[in-house]
Amino acid sequence: MHILDAREVSKQFGGVKAIEGVSFRIGINSITSIIGPNGAGKTTLFNCLTGITPPSAGQIHFKGKDISALPPHRITHLGIARTFQNIRLFPEMTVIENVMVAQHCRIRYTLPGAIIRSGAFRSREAAIREKAYEFLELANLEAYAESHAGELPYGSQRRLEIARALATEPEILLLDEPTAGMNPSETRDVMSLIRKVQQLGKTIILIEHDMHLVMGISDWIVVLDHGVKIAEGTPVQVKNDPLVIEAYLGKETAH
Amino acid sequence: MEETYRRKSEVMILPAYLNTKIAKTVIAALLGAIMLLPFKGVLSSLILFAAIASVLTVISLSGKIRVPSAFSTIPAVIKRNKTCIALSLAGILAACPLVLNNYFIDVLIMAGIYSILAIGLNVIVGFTGLLNLGFAAFYACGAYTYALLNTKIGLGFWVCLPVSALLTSCAGFLLAVPALRLRGDYLAIVTLGFGEITRLILNNWDSLTHGPNGITGIEAPTIAGISLRDLHYYYYIVFGILAVSLLIIRRVEMSRFGRAWKAIKENEIAASTIGINTTKYKLFAFAFGSFWAGIAGMLFAAKMQFVSPESFTFMESVLILSMVILGGLGNTYGAVLGAFLLVMLPEALREMQLYRMLILGMGLVLLMRFRPQGLLGVK
Repeated sequence: MHILDAREVSKQFGGVKAIEGVSFRIGINSITSIIGPNGAGKTTLFNCLTGITPPSAGQIHFKGKDISALPPHRITHLGIARTFQNIRLFPEMTVIENVMVAQHCRIRYTLPGAIIRSGAFRSREAAIREKAYEFLELANLEAYAESHAGELPYGSQRRLEIARALATEPEILLLDEPTAGMNPSETRDVMSLIRKVQQLGKTIILIEHDMHLVMGISDWIVVLDHGVKIAEGTPVQVKNDPLVIEAYLGKETAH
Repeated sequence: MEETYRRKSEVMILPAYLNTKIAKTVIAALLGAIMLLPFKGVLSSLILFAAIASVLTVISLSGKIRVPSAFSTIPAVIKRNKTCIALSLAGILAACPLVLNNYFIDVLIMAGIYSILAIGLNVIVGFTGLLNLGFAAFYACGAYTYALLNTKIGLGFWVCLPVSALLTSCAGFLLAVPALRLRGDYLAIVTLGFGEITRLILNNWDSLTHGPNGITGIEAPTIAGISLRDLHYYYYIVFGILAVSLLIIRRVEMSRFGRAWKAIKENEIAASTIGINTTKYKLFAFAFGSFWAGIAGMLFAAKMQFVSPESFTFMESVLILSMVILGGLGNTYGAVLGAFLLVMLPEALREMQLYRMLILGMGLVLLMRFRPQGLLGVK
């Protein structure tokens, strides 16, 4: 059963073809890694999937619905959340507010309700705070709840971004290089968080350069090079694919 | 991170001998003295130089006795004694008309009206981060709506209050629809242009607005048939409405709507990927902020019983923006504090006549040097 189905997705910036005719399917509750050399189009693909830069051609079907022309907030509402390669938190807001604001599209109340502090407002606001704490606990950040997000150490900022993405209650979580620039212990924290998220029944797609992590955690791997999909398969299949080896190590020349 | 970068670049640009506290103090004092030179001659310039230098020296020395850190905890102190401070402030403000004469009440009323304007603009600039340089246009919209409805159709103050607030709100929304395709500086220039266009229309549409002559004979509000033309009564109307606006804006700020605005200000792309319709919320911020300008404009028209385009110039927009920045961008109470300071300080400095604007300007420069986040800013 596939939850996400990308068909011939292309994205051009002027004359530059960032990705061209990329197709793949993502199974429910799987962990899929998208790998490839720098400039292969991995982040562009994420931007297409989340509506930040809609694809120039091709379709993306999420649970059977074409989402390729929808704006980012609609896609989030349907159930796809993401993090960014360069962390994009709300640094001047507190850690708990960062997570609370992410429930914007899930728990609603009206403006007059907020002004007169109606019963619905109070119970829903309490629910938002309670849920935000749950997500902070999941990411081991509850101790920092009242500090400003910009003051957190780097590794914690990455985990907070994941917690914030989870607070939108997605079915698919897209992680763009979640362990970039981390030391081994921070990387382990993030890996265990990713596994916890999978156990919650979420589907995960990640862009990652750490091959050890990728081979250990992925059910499926998609390899991009110069905007084209050159291989996909299980970690073992991909590891032995001659095209992948060539993309990473260069072509073997005859002596 | 950015802070350290900024500091580093500062060090790199300024030679070491200019980057000491003493050098900065001397430079600031020199600037002040040179500014005064053409007006008052050498002696006064020297006196001013000495005055600025000694004040700045005291400020920089006080760094060692931790006065600035005590200053920076003012918001924390306020937080702890919130109810107490609010009640005593309300008490003092309520007692003012009983003891003060017309002049002071007049100044306080203007401070109240500007407070409403400043907290409205703070929603747009402070919460949502959309620079608006034409806020006086919405102020004018509220004032002229009441002026016209009152003098042409004879509608009373209380009927017009929601009408002109909603009309101004619509004006804000309609400006925002095309303007929000632009960002940052470009948006600022479009709002500036809108402000000027509004003023020029009011100035030239003689048949409706009487052009530069303005509209006279606007009625003061009445309660149960009694006219509140006396400023001592009108004062309570203004501060009552200010209190209600503060309450409403604070409550919206602390709801999902306020959080969405702040998220858009801090990172628009991230805000859109956590499910916030950024366009919708920016439009909402414009409409909601302008709403209060409509109310303030009405209060102004009813107080002066006269409106003319010259009350709504670009300088007016700048003044309101200064209030918001002075108090601390994004801080509702800060905007009120900024409004009170910028209305009352020029009055307090009235005896210095020509130089009051000079002194006020220098005060603002010094404030931005030593507390760039504004008086009640958090950062």
